[in-house]
Amino acid sequence: MVIETRRKGWNAMAMAAEEIERLICESLPDARVNIEDLRGDGDHYAAHVVSEAFRGKSRVQQHQMVYKALRGRMGDNLHALALQTSVPDET
Amino acid sequence: MDMENPVFERIKNDVASNDVVVYMKGSPVFPQCGFSAAVVQILSEMKVKFRGIDVLSDPSLRDGIKKFSDWPTIPQLYIKGEFIGGCDIVREMFESGELADLFQKQGIVSVA
Repeated sequence: MVIETRRKGWNAMAMAAEEIERLICESLPDARVNIEDLRGDGDHYAAHVVSEAFRGKSRVQQHQMVYKALRGRMGDNLHALALQTSVPDET
Repeated sequence: MDMENPVFERIKNDVASNDVVVYMKGSPVFPQCGFSAAVVQILSEMKVKFRGIDVLSDPSLRDGIKKFSDWPTIPQLYIKGEFIGGCDIVREMFESGELADLFQKQGIVSVA
């Protein structure tokens, strides 16, 4: 018997902001992450990730690092993550 | 990269034979997703000739393109065979002027 818990407006595929942050920090321990739930549905977020690990990497590589940290949830559980990445003293 | 994936050959040909390619949901005239529409709009505003390839019409392409570029979402922009990024990066580059510079550097002129 599958107990389906549905938060207001969330589908079973949504993700909590805390989980996104946790996953990112697990792979990028020094990362500073701030996340905004754009629509309150757990599916459309904007995130700004700052990490020394991005230094010298292209934007695409930086974003790929974040997507790897999210272990395949990007595009599946997470429909939209407006991502911004930068190295510490650039912000 | 998984070389046996048959879709990769097709992708390689597409990005080699078209200067600017957008793998998208829907078509340039009828984009089926806001992010795809945003990239199409940027390219149209820059008056750059591009080829829009609809991944919705072919599930193997929709999956294959994500493996090919190691990028989990659609749309995906390619310029002269090189993966540039998705909607966020294209928008950021457009707003900073980097995209115009890249087109110029790659000899891609806008069609008046």
